[in-house]
Amino acid sequence: MGLEDQAAVKRVADEHGSGVVVLLGTPDAESTQTLAQTVVAGDPSYAGPLAGVPLGLPVFHVFEPEVRDQVPADVYEAQVALMEMSLDRDAILAGLREARRAGATP
Amino acid sequence: MPVIRAVSLVLAHVPSLVRLGSKPLRVLREVEQPIEYLRPHLRDWDAARAYAPNQVFIGNLGVDDLAARPTPWHRHPLVDAGRFGPDGEIMPEHEFLGLLATCDGFDLFALDGEVAEGARGALDAHPLVGRESGRPPVPAGVTAALLRERIERHRAVPLVGADGRLLGAMLPGHDEDDTLTGQVLLENLACKATAALALRHLLAQPGAIAASNVRYVINCGEEAVGDRYQRGGGNVAKAVAEWAGCGRATGSDVKAFCSGPMHALMIAGALVRSGLYDDVMVLAGGSLAKLGMKFQGHVKHAMPIVEDVLAGFAAQVSRDDGVSPVLRLDAIGRHEVASGSAPLAIMKALYSEPLGRVGLTLLDVDRFSLELHNPEATEPAGSGNVPLNNYRTLASLAVVEKLIAREGIEEFVRTRGMPGFSPTQGHIASAIPYLGHARRGLTDGDLTRTMFAGKGSLFLGRMTQLPDGLSLVLERNESRAGAD
Repeated sequence: MGLEDQAAVKRVADEHGSGVVVLLGTPDAESTQTLAQTVVAGDPSYAGPLAGVPLGLPVFHVFEPEVRDQVPADVYEAQVALMEMSLDRDAILAGLREARRAGATP
Repeated sequence: MPVIRAVSLVLAHVPSLVRLGSKPLRVLREVEQPIEYLRPHLRDWDAARAYAPNQVFIGNLGVDDLAARPTPWHRHPLVDAGRFGPDGEIMPEHEFLGLLATCDGFDLFALDGEVAEGARGALDAHPLVGRESGRPPVPAGVTAALLRERIERHRAVPLVGADGRLLGAMLPGHDEDDTLTGQVLLENLACKATAALALRHLLAQPGAIAASNVRYVINCGEEAVGDRYQRGGGNVAKAVAEWAGCGRATGSDVKAFCSGPMHALMIAGALVRSGLYDDVMVLAGGSLAKLGMKFQGHVKHAMPIVEDVLAGFAAQVSRDDGVSPVLRLDAIGRHEVASGSAPLAIMKALYSEPLGRVGLTLLDVDRFSLELHNPEATEPAGSGNVPLNNYRTLASLAVVEKLIAREGIEEFVRTRGMPGFSPTQGHIASAIPYLGHARRGLTDGDLTRTMFAGKGSLFLGRMTQLPDGLSLVLERNESRAGAD
């Protein structure tokens, strides 16, 4: 995650506290894992504003059923379905599970 | 219908300028000797020339040949890789510095005396932009002491070679103008120089127009040339035409982020179709700011910084000559304001709608050229394989439209797509690098129809949340016989 994005996440988390959820739209397992890790346990590259800052935010991917079920079907079809078909959904969600396991958050 | 009569694609290998890319400049601000930090990852010209994606860019290697080559490409150099190819060349840095100097009409860019001498000798012997070509001469260099004075007292931007030697410096164009700093002017000059090189290559193509017959030039490069009162004033097109000896030409700049080249080709086609011009040149130079954009990923993975080349292209759009590929003005795909930013809507607007308008489907297109970023530049930085993801999305559209089964996605991607081979030079990486291959394939090869799509991230400029996009269909000329 870029330094500016890390700063933005930190700012939102500081301002809103416990009500913040992170929703990822990452295209592969590696980026999913890295981004999830960044907002849960801190920046793994120790370069950005979230280095050593374990925000512990709940993190979801837009491909997860929990998310899909909360989106109207036609909206999901227009915004997400094409990407879901073209990307490796299983690998992405496995990457997210791995990051959650490492961070021991939801 | 207008045709694409000639195409050129050029690269300039500039390892010393990587340090002046936007990302390296920002990230290495605190590093005392940035060039020392970068040096282990900077390639020499032989390595850049033998790099398979660069050979595809200048037309020496086909896209399917690249797909069949072992990866990583940077560890498997081509044997006997040529400097010149059917579409252009990979110019070495010492010559390119001379080319930069010839493009500066205001004595702001100065080279060290010895560097200038070497650059002049090399550039004067160039087959297309040599001494006989009529271009401005490479000016004499200045002393190292004068360069240092300009840097220390007049805010010139130092140009430090990969070996740590001071090669030259770029003065600002005004004391108080943020749009005319040495850095900005060097970016603009690099854009002009690569576009100019591309135009000279185009004019040397078999069957291409003579410089003296060029009447209109559209530049779609990324740099917004201007001053404090008009930051994007323009007109790089005219500056390039002047340099290349197109004495009867005028022109203008067309901008739309990375979809700029598609808009420019469409407008060129319309100008030809209207009868206003018989030929229109469309061209763009490279982006210095994007050099080393993903360098941190390359350093992290102990690989060479492959974003060490500036790119340029030129295309001649002409009246139908009965041979060259046809630019179908009746099948232009447009991302309209109301198209919104939902992926499905964007894909339909750019691909299936325009094809459907002329009775075709996705399966009637032999090859699609989309964003062609080299995955070896983007993947180490965590940005994924952009072309592969986009081709898979396109194949998914074919599934949604019931043209192929879901199991057919991989084959669709393999046969109608291609591996990314373009340096991450923004607008040029956006579909354009395949233009030379397509022109050959649609004339001498076995292609019938190709589709080019450029997408622009307009939101980056903070004036709209919308993206942009435009697509064009290029078709074999003989297939149109009797159709009009």
